[in-house]
Amino acid sequence: MTAVHIPGKKSGHIMLFALSTCGWCQKTKKLLDDLGVEYYYEYVDHLHGDERERAIQEVAGWNPSGTFPTLVINGERCIVGYKDGEIREALSVA
Amino acid sequence: MDSLHKRLEQEAESAGYHLNADVQFTKGLVKSLLVNERRYGYWACPCRLASGDKQEDLDIICPCDYRDPDLNDYDACYCALYVSEAARKGEKTVGSIPERRPPPAERQQRAQRQPGGMFGLSLPIWRCKVCGYLCAREQPPEVCPICKSKRDRFERFIEAART
Ligand code: SF4
Repeated sequence: MTAVHIPGKKSGHIMLFALSTCGWCQKTKKLLDDLGVEYYYEYVDHLHGDERERAIQEVAGWNPSGTFPTLVINGERCIVGYKDGEIREALSVA
Repeated sequence: MDSLHKRLEQEAESAGYHLNADVQFTKGLVKSLLVNERRYGYWACPCRLASGDKQEDLDIICPCDYRDPDLNDYDACYCALYVSEAARKGEKTVGSIPERRPPPAERQQRAQRQPGGMFGLSLPIWRCKVCGYLCAREQPPEVCPICKSKRDRFERFIEAART
């Protein structure tokens, strides 16, 4: 996959699956930017064909409802939706 | 984009709905609706991944089939473009809410369910899946008189008795 890398403070491996058109996804991304952490993101609505299928499968593996934003932290924890407090808390201990 | 925001605002208010009062957030969503219109040819919901197949995406064309129940339960639609009066006034805060749209397998099952013809009606009853408006006539109206959704958002709700 071709996730976009955003450099910043190391706070574990942070992967954001998002839609470029979604307001909650934008808020989640902005929160990560404001926190200044290093993360990767993928706009699944920009993907096509096999790449898109693979991303959808990966999201579904973490979040069976397959919704966005889906934030995967260190390949072990997943936060679905824009949850300001939960994300801050997870990143402070990650 | 600004003029579309204004138009949506007017339409919403005249029909008893409210747009989110966070203008920056709301304009972002209006812009996304225009992006999706260019991309898919229709207003696919900005916060959901559209398939690009209109028939499959009908339930998530804005305003989606899930807006009204979400307004009742969470004071906002899934994207928070539309909010309840209390949220509009700032008496309630809205946040990211759970997805109500059933997963694909379940959507297929529902689509196959046939309405029953048990009431002896002379005409079928059509239901607007967006706002619930009902009417008894041979075909649904071109545009829902209540929420302005197009004809393809209507479902055959109660079948007429077979004669
Ligand atoms: S009503 Fe809200 S949740 Fe439904 S399609 Fe429109 S913006 Fe999305």
